[in-house]
Amino acid sequence: MTEINIDVHQITRVEGHGNIVLNAKDGKIEELRWEIPESPRFFEVMFRGRSYEDVPLIASRICGICSISHTTCSIQATEAAFGIKPSEQTLLLRKLLYNAETLESHILHILFLATPDFLGVGSVFPLVETHKDVVLMALRLKKLAYNLAEALAGRKTHPISCIVGGFAKLPEIDALKALRKRIEEALVDLDTVVELFKTLSIPDFVRETEYISLKDPEEYAFISGDIASTDAGIEPASDYLTVTNEFCVPQSTAKYTKNKRDSYMVGALARFNNNYAQLLPRAQKAAEELGLSAPCHNPFMITVAQVVECIHVLENSINLIDQIVARGLEEEDNTVKVRAGRGIGAVEAPRGILFHDYTYDENGILTKANCVIPTNQNHNNIQKDMESLAPSIINRPEDEIRLTLEMLVRAYDPCISCSAHLLRVHFKK
Amino acid sequence: MKPKVAFFDFTGCEGCQLDALNLDGEEVVDLLNAVDIVNFREVMTERSDNYDIAFIEGSISRESEIPRLQKIREQAKIVVALGACACIGGINCLKNHVPMEEALRIVYGENAKYYDTIPARPADAVVKVDYYVRGCPPVTAELVKVIKALLLGKSPDIPNYPVCVECKMAGNVCVFERGMTCLGPVTRAGCSAICVSSGQRCWGCRGLVDEPNIDSQKDILEKYGLTVEQVVEKFKLFNTYSEVGK
Repeated sequence: MTEINIDVHQITRVEGHGNIVLNAKDGKIEELRWEIPESPRFFEVMFRGRSYEDVPLIASRICGICSISHTTCSIQATEAAFGIKPSEQTLLLRKLLYNAETLESHILHILFLATPDFLGVGSVFPLVETHKDVVLMALRLKKLAYNLAEALAGRKTHPISCIVGGFAKLPEIDALKALRKRIEEALVDLDTVVELFKTLSIPDFVRETEYISLKDPEEYAFISGDIASTDAGIEPASDYLTVTNEFCVPQSTAKYTKNKRDSYMVGALARFNNNYAQLLPRAQKAAEELGLSAPCHNPFMITVAQVVECIHVLENSINLIDQIVARGLEEEDNTVKVRAGRGIGAVEAPRGILFHDYTYDENGILTKANCVIPTNQNHNNIQKDMESLAPSIINRPEDEIRLTLEMLVRAYDPCISCSAHLLRVHFKK
Repeated sequence: MKPKVAFFDFTGCEGCQLDALNLDGEEVVDLLNAVDIVNFREVMTERSDNYDIAFIEGSISRESEIPRLQKIREQAKIVVALGACACIGGINCLKNHVPMEEALRIVYGENAKYYDTIPARPADAVVKVDYYVRGCPPVTAELVKVIKALLLGKSPDIPNYPVCVECKMAGNVCVFERGMTCLGPVTRAGCSAICVSSGQRCWGCRGLVDEPNIDSQKDILEKYGLTVEQVVEKFKLFNTYSEVGK
């Protein structure tokens, strides 16, 4: 009789805390659970009674990795509540700032968190010896993203200048021109990442699910558009509650979601599946070279979709800087006129679609808030993927099962600080 | 023997840890030459319970986090609080204004009973903390400065004067002149007044200077026609745990 008891307590190289529990006897799985024990944060409580001025600042602190996503989503929810339409200039700057975060977050996941598995080491630190060029390149790309965000918002983690109504301070055109040059160099670095990924063997596992992301007729959507589902078609972002259907489960401080099936996926692969035709040329070419074509139903390919998106946001940033330089920047009136009402913001955070839903009173004081986080929307899909994947690998050595399950979870790049509002595999002994 | 350094996350956004990685390539190589990083769950699989310097990130907001932090204190020679949540309680303490049962009900409804939560608090409300790397997020250069000082066996030199000093040096127009409240006059410097330089106000994320000049702050408020309540309301964002914020 063979018994497998896997208990990965607090899986590493993910943002936040999660456990994987797997018990099997004679090749039969008795228990398989994805648990989220992250300490709950209570942001919905923290927002209440605060002025609209403070709300984006609090929202930012939901997550250190995707603070620009939360800040942007928060600002857009408040603007929707007050009936404010951001100017063209503000939208250009917001998109450029947003690209900085997508790039940084994806590079962190691709090269620091996921790649060590493929190279057979436990962290990025030994790679400083064995793959110094790759590590230095990753740090260089991260630095570029930080500097881009610094030029636009003062800093990347918890950005400062982006506010309800516009920007409290405008960037220097010369700084943007200098960054444009570095972005071109970064595209060459990304060619190297593509070459590296061609040599890695991505686990071959397929499970079709529902893929949900924003969709904008104008462009590959990050901060605009409606909700697109591969099962249900297009819904306005204001109807997000009918798509997300959050519910509580005992093994998790994070809420779970489902729509048309048992679970759905959000994030880079969902965006790719819904919007691949809108990728810019170099990104499309990279997707082809990496064997990524839509629709793709292999969750391990999420990381590859992130590589493709890095190239897209770099190309898009060059276009945005060119537009900004051509039109110039001018001080705008950011005066905010508050009014009572409800507003919903929807953006594509690096890990997937994110919603902030606020209600304000007539003094601009927040009375009710709800946030639906990308990783929450993926937890259920991770569980279903594990249930499908585990039986096919259950006869392999325990270490290999553990690593494969960890790699599956890591592919989702879960951001559990956000979602509890996870990663350990418990092989239970 | 290189000192062994460990990073531990409690309740927070993990932004401090991430910014700790925001070093230039050569700085990372230098750092790894000087210390052994033995525990850093966010980026490494290996874990060790043998370390000299422990960085604590996040505030303490669950019963189960208290013994965990106490154990780290017993093990480490030096404990450093990293970031506003660990140093002063930070944003997490905003939930303390609502009774915990109500907070649970608001977020989790009838499932509230599943969740363990206590009023959020800084690390030094639970154990002795030797050094503080302040801010939300901390300034990476200051973190490097603290690590260097600890390696040399010296006490890191952290400013104990208000943000206004650095703000003046940065050449900013005073926020009060723009008709907004600002916590610069009572908040500990070290951030180069980055928020004011970026077009905003100071929100007090580095905590109070040791002997804040409250009278002077009151004079400023009077001069600009603002009330103490308006300032305290802003102060609560990061400093709910302090006496003034409560």
